Order: sequence, then structure tokens, then C-alpha cells
Amino acid sequence: MESQLGLIEQSLNSSYSLWVREALDEIPDNFTITDPCICGHPIVFVSRGFLKMTGYSKNEVIGKNGRVFQGPKTCRRSVMEVREAVREERAIQLNLLNYRKDGRPFWMLFHMCPVFSKEDGRVINFIAVQVPLSRKARRSGSVFCRNGVILSGEGSMINDVVYGSCRKEVRSDSLLELGPVLALDSALDSDVTELEIEEPCEASDLDKIRAASAINRVLSVLTHYSESTGRLVCGKRCYLSALGLLSSSLTISLGRIKQSFVLTDPHLPDMPIVYASDAFLKLTGYSGQEVLGHNCRFLNGEDTDSSTLYQIEESIKMEQACTVRILNYRKDKSSFWNSLHISPVRNASGKIAYFVGVHMEESCNDQGGRGLSPEMRQLSTVGAVKIAVRSSSMGAGSSKS
Amino acid sequence: MMLRIKRVPTVVSNYQKEEAEEDRVGGCGRNCLRSCCIPGSKLPLYAYKKLDKVACAKGLPQHESGEAPIAFLDSLVLGQWEDRVQRGLFRYDVTACETKVIPGRYGFVAQLNEGRHLKKRPTEFRVDKVLQPFDENKFNFTKVGQEEVLFQFEASEDGDIQFFPSAPIDAENSPSVVAINVSPIEYGHVLLIPRILDCLPQRIDRESFLLALHMAAEAGNPYFRLGYNSLGAFATINHLHFQAYFLAVPFPIEKAPTKKVTTLDGGVKISELVNYPVRGLVLEGGNTMEHLSYAVSDACICLQDNNIPYNVLIADCGNRIFLLPQCYAEKQALGEVSAELLDTQVNPAVWEISGHMVLKRKKDYEEASEENAWRLLAEVSLSEERFQEVTALIFEAIASADNGSKDLNEEQEAKPEATDEVKAINNSSHPAIVAGTQECLVLQ
Ligand SMILES: Cc1cc2nc3c(=O)[nH]c(=O)nc-3n(C[C@H](O)[C@H](O)[C@H](O)COP(=O)(O)O)c2cc1C
Repeated sequence: MESQLGLIEQSLNSSYSLWVREALDEIPDNFTITDPCICGHPIVFVSRGFLKMTGYSKNEVIGKNGRVFQGPKTCRRSVMEVREAVREERAIQLNLLNYRKDGRPFWMLFHMCPVFSKEDGRVINFIAVQVPLSRKARRSGSVFCRNGVILSGEGSMINDVVYGSCRKEVRSDSLLELGPVLALDSALDSDVTELEIEEPCEASDLDKIRAASAINRVLSVLTHYSESTGRLVCGKRCYLSALGLLSSSLTISLGRIKQSFVLTDPHLPDMPIVYASDAFLKLTGYSGQEVLGHNCRFLNGEDTDSSTLYQIEESIKMEQACTVRILNYRKDKSSFWNSLHISPVRNASGKIAYFVGVHMEESCNDQGGRGLSPEMRQLSTVGAVKIAVRSSSMGAGSSKS
Repeated sequence: MMLRIKRVPTVVSNYQKEEAEEDRVGGCGRNCLRSCCIPGSKLPLYAYKKLDKVACAKGLPQHESGEAPIAFLDSLVLGQWEDRVQRGLFRYDVTACETKVIPGRYGFVAQLNEGRHLKKRPTEFRVDKVLQPFDENKFNFTKVGQEEVLFQFEASEDGDIQFFPSAPIDAENSPSVVAINVSPIEYGHVLLIPRILDCLPQRIDRESFLLALHMAAEAGNPYFRLGYNSLGAFATINHLHFQAYFLAVPFPIEKAPTKKVTTLDGGVKISELVNYPVRGLVLEGGNTMEHLSYAVSDACICLQDNNIPYNVLIADCGNRIFLLPQCYAEKQALGEVSAELLDTQVNPAVWEISGHMVLKRKKDYEEASEENAWRLLAEVSLSEERFQEVTALIFEAIASADNGSKDLNEEQEAKPEATDEVKAINNSSHPAIVAGTQECLVLQ
């Protein structure tokens, strides 16, 4: 639990140095930054504008998943679209109903995009910008937002910077119908009745541009500060990587599985590791770089029983699952008894794409305190891996799993 | 006149024999779920927490802690299912069946499953009666082997999630159980059988539907969906059951645009699918899970009482429910379905209607296109006119029931929403950080 908070704290620092926060604080827009590598995909940075808009304090937001701002009237289909965009690591812009701390709902233009590591193409962060949208409350109940562009021809662009396009929009309406003074102040606070709030609100082109340029502002700060740590990031996925052996959607799905496991590719010479979970790295003391591309045999040592190794070899040859108890060694040469379960994993074409090895350090079996037995947890990891591999390789465009 | 169709029944249990071989009664000796084998038997028991209304009103059943930690029920289903894989209980390895997302706007999913219907003779099914009495002599789930049952599933007494790795089967209380489907159409394919020993016919009631909704919410995985087929809409076993499995891609029906029709007093929003080959209703929201659940089950009860076959999909962790009246089997029985479609032998039940097409012939799999899927599903749909008629019936039924439940819940509804919101975010502050809140008590 401590460590989760620590991870959140460290998240930005390690990629962008300590100074990035100050620079981000200078940006006036409403935005949040999340770290998909941390369990639960929490928000690791929140802008002042966002806090002001929602009425929450910083501590109430950091560590939460963005979904806590959703509520009963949030369109579930839109939430699904966001979910798919996150899963597929692509940008998305849509209108979303969120709730303030005091429970009042509001519409916003939600613009989210991934931030990639230049080195290996992994997603380091997601950025989301939230541009509040306003609408006129009409007595009839049929409510819509006038397109801000209507007035842009009349030279009202000047105020855009000051009021934001949402206010400007109301102002433009107000010029037409309500009278400017009233509208300016009530833009965000106007009481939209419960019935009306469900009707989707439309974003103007200006709102969209505003969201996109806010994203760019945040992105350029992150890019800039990533230079100081040498861990360069960028807004476009780069394919320079030698480690990009798995598709990113598979990597994301696997990243959600918290047990210690590795995937090995039987189609590559010497069956190297192509994915190692964080828990595996923690268990063995190696870094990702040190294990990827290598056969698992570095886990064995002097006292590892060769008949057990033979048994593993045979099951792999027979393409069958097996469970063994094997003496393994960490990077620091200390040994541990590993109850190892190995199983073939098929991709969407039904062919064996990988073997998964799920590790369980024997003495720790009962830590974690979950109700499931260690064996059950091991098997549930196998199941989760099978689903991840199968699902991520069935995509219309994806050729490799 | 009686309408029948011939089809190959799906083998869901290893104890499901051809009708002819059926019933060498007595002594049993196969560890089933009937009085002969229950005494002394034990099964894992998962007791779910009844969601408080805040969590539900927030649209966040139980999984504030995010996508990362595998939820407990999720792991239980996965672990138990994989265990049965390794014990060789399934008729085939579903992960060896080819599958793909068909290019197109909706992303229909096709699977080539040549093994599912092997070694079975076509059987006649009556399709013109949505409600039929339970028939003791036909296959039912009390006849499955206990090794096919994964766990018992019930509401927890004290409001906390509990898990008992080995709990006695209390025949008096007729437990609800989750069992494997030995002919899975995807990984984790299971059946939820409410109050199994009560031998309820395939017919939705408020309590059973709420149980199914709890299972969806409890699993907390948007890719673990539950489905229901009524008789006449391709259910083959007349013993109350829901199905569920994992498929980690969005279903086309979930992507379909919707048009809002109305919001009920309990906050349940009802929309119509637009631009989808099958006409249907989408129910979501609701001040509490019960509001949503009762609205759906009342709609289902209305359909079955009016003898209208239908399918239900519980998606998005129980947040969105699709209700689809259909008429394919009737058309089929009346000879109104083209030979070309019949040749594919696709039975358009809830999964097919949702966009997951399980195909039996390699040719159909290879030629699968959005257009073909659309053409088949269009035959399943009611006509616009009939759909509007049916919708009117449903609204009438829900509206009268809605008033009833409103009175019951008046006190809850009087609370201002703002308080709920504040509470919800306060509540979620812990789970968001502490992955372990999903842990549960283990009592031996
Ligand atoms: C950087 C980022 C910020 C987000 N901010 C919000 C937000 O302010 N409001 C919201 O409703 N959802 C927000 N989300 C979306 C949710 O976190 C989540 O992805 C969405 O609800 C769909 O996934 P789920 O099914 O896991 O909830 C954000 C996502 C990301 C990646």
C-alpha cells in the first residue's frame, strides 16, 4: 500500500525529473496525467484548473482512476470508447458527462492521448484534457450547444483566451438571445436540470482546437523534461525498438496480471523470454533488459535437479501443461523453491504462440492472504494469460499476437 | 399447430446423453447434484457483497480499484476453469479454435468451431412456447457431475465478500451454482444456475435476474458478460440458466449507437439500438442496482408472458443490459428462412446477436464478412412495426411495476444526489490505492 503511493509519487520524477511538476503547474488548462504501468492505472498528476473545475483537492484525486468522476448519467457507451482507446493506446476525443465533488454533473470535451517511450515504444503515460462545455438551458427541455464558430466571424475570437471557448460560446448565444452580462457569469454554474443533463452537449470546433492545443502544451513539457532523465518520450509511437516483440495491446493486458510469470516464444531459437512480469523481476532480482531474449535456464544452478528439467522439456515437447517443484536461483545467487507451472498458450489462430511459466516461491505461498489457494491463483494467471494472448491477436489488423 | 425446429442440441455437460441413452436411474455413482449424491458433498462457496446504493449509483460497482488487480471472482472463475481444462473435462480446447475480428465498422467476431456439434443427432425443439413446464425426464443441471461445478454463488449474510474453499451443499436452501459448459464457445464459458435444486424452468424472475446482475458486477470485468436465451430463442435446456464467458474485445452490439426513449422514475435510462441489424432495447443507469434489475426482469417477464422469444445480454459489469426480442426460430419453423442462411447452421442466440458468430463450416468462416453477419442477424430481428408494438407492451409493464417499486424505495430516493457523490469518492479513496480490498475473508 505504501509502495503504491510511493510508485505514484515516483512516477513522474523518474521519467521527467523533479522539476517537471513546476512546469506542468504553469499550464493553465484542466488536465490529468496517468501511469498505466501502476496497478489500477491511477492519476499521477492533476492540474490546478482541473481541481478548480471539479472542486476536489489534489489528495483526493492523485491515485484515483479517472473513472471516479463518472456517475449515474455518464454515457456507458462513451466510457467503453475510452476504455478501448486506452486498451489500443490511441488518442480519443469525445464528450463526456462527469460529476463535481458536490455532485453536480457537467459536460466536458475529453481529449486523451498516450505518451510513448522513444526507446522501446511502450506507453509511459496518458494525458487527458478536460474542456468544460456549456449549454443554454431552454425551457422546452430540448437543449443543445450552439456551435462557437458561428460568431467567430464577428471578431469575438479575442476573448477566447480569457474565457475559454465554453464561456465564449455562451457569450455568443447570449449576444443573440440572453444579454452578455448574465451569461458570462453563469456559464459554468447555470443549473441545468436533471432531465436536461442527459442530452448530449456538443463541442464546438474551437473547443476541439483548445483541447488539442492543451494536449500539445502538456506533451511538449513532458518531452522537454524527459531529455533531462534521458528517458525520451514522444507523442507518436516509435518503432525503433528491438524489444517490441509483443503487440502493445498484449503488453497492456499482460501488465494487468500481477503474478510472477514469463512468456517464452517456442518459434524463436532457444525459446527466449519475450515477456517478464514485474513480479517475476522482483522475485528474481533481474531487470527486464537482463532477461528478455534469454532462455529461462539462467534460473537454474548447481543444485537444480536435472530430472526435473528433463520433465519440463518433455512436457514442452508434448505441448502439455506441467507443474513441478524446482530449485531456482536469483540474480544474487540465493536459491528458492519454485512451484512452477508451465502451459502452452495459443493465439487467435489456434496455434501455440507461447509457453507461459507461472512462478510461486514456496515459502511465500500463503502471503497475500487472498482466499484462493496458491494453486488456484497460479491457474487463474494461466487463464488470464490465455485470454490476453487470444484476444489481442484476433484484431482486424493485427498479424502477430 | 405446433411450431418445431430441428437442431443439434449443445452438449453442456458430460452427463448429457442422447435422449435414448438417458436415464439408467438409481444409485447413480457419478457424484451428481441430486439427493443420491449430495449428502456429505462440498463445493467452494463465494458469497458476494450486496452493493450499497452509493456504489451502484456511481456506476462503479465494486471495482474502484481499477483494471489492474484481477478481481476476486474473476480469478476464481479463471482458476477453476483452467483447473477443469487440465483435468480434461472439456470436449475440445476452445483456444485451439480459430477466431478473428471481421474487418468493418462494427468488428463482428467470427469463430470456427467444428467440434461443438460433433457426435450429436439433431433433435426437435418446440419453438412456439416461451414458457414450458420443467420436465424431470429431460436433461437438467441436477444431473451434471460435481466436478463440473466450479462453486456456489450466493449473497453474503453479513454484507462482506466471503469465500469458503470447501462448503457443504445445503440442499434445503437450494444453492445457486456456477458450472462449466463442456462445449465452450470461449475461454471461461460457464453456466449460472439459480437455485439449482428448485428445478426452475427457463423463465426469468426478479430474484434470479438480480443474481445474474450481481455476478456481472462482482466479476468487475467488462469482458466477462452474461447472456440469457429464452425458449424459442435458442435455449436448448429448459432449466433456468445464464451463460457467461470471457472475450476481451468489445461486442458489436456494445458499439451500436442508441437513441434514448425514456428515463424511468428509478433513474433507469431506456434506449433503442439504432443502426444495428437486430432491433432491441438498452437499459442502463438506475439509482440502485435493484432499480435496473427490476426494470429488466419486469420487461423479460412481460415478454415471456406474452409468448415473445427474447435474448438478454448483460454487459459492462452489469451496467448495460441489452434486451432483444426475436423471431428467427419462428421464421425457421414456418420455412421463411432462406436455405443459404439455414445451411450455415448458425443458431442466432444471445452471443450471435451480440456480434460473436460461432461458425461450424470452414467456408463460412473464411467468407465471414460484416455483410454476411448483418444479413443473418437482420432475419433475427422483429420488423419495425412489431418491435414498436412489443416495446409498447414492455413500457406498459415496466411503468406499472416502476410505480410499485418507487413507493418501496421512496426513502432512498429522497436523498440528494450530491451526498451520494461525495460519499462515493470518499469510499473509493481507499480501494483505489489498496488493491487488496478485493480480498475476502476465508472461513474454513
Ligand atoms: C489520462 C486519463 C485521464 C482520465 N480522466 C478521466 C476523467 O476525468 N473523467 C472520466 O470520466 N474518465 C477519465 N478517464 C477514463 C477512465 O480512467 C477509464 O479509462 C474509463 O472509465 C474506461 O475504463 P474502465 O472501464 O476501466 O472504467 C481518464 C483516463 C485516462 C487515461
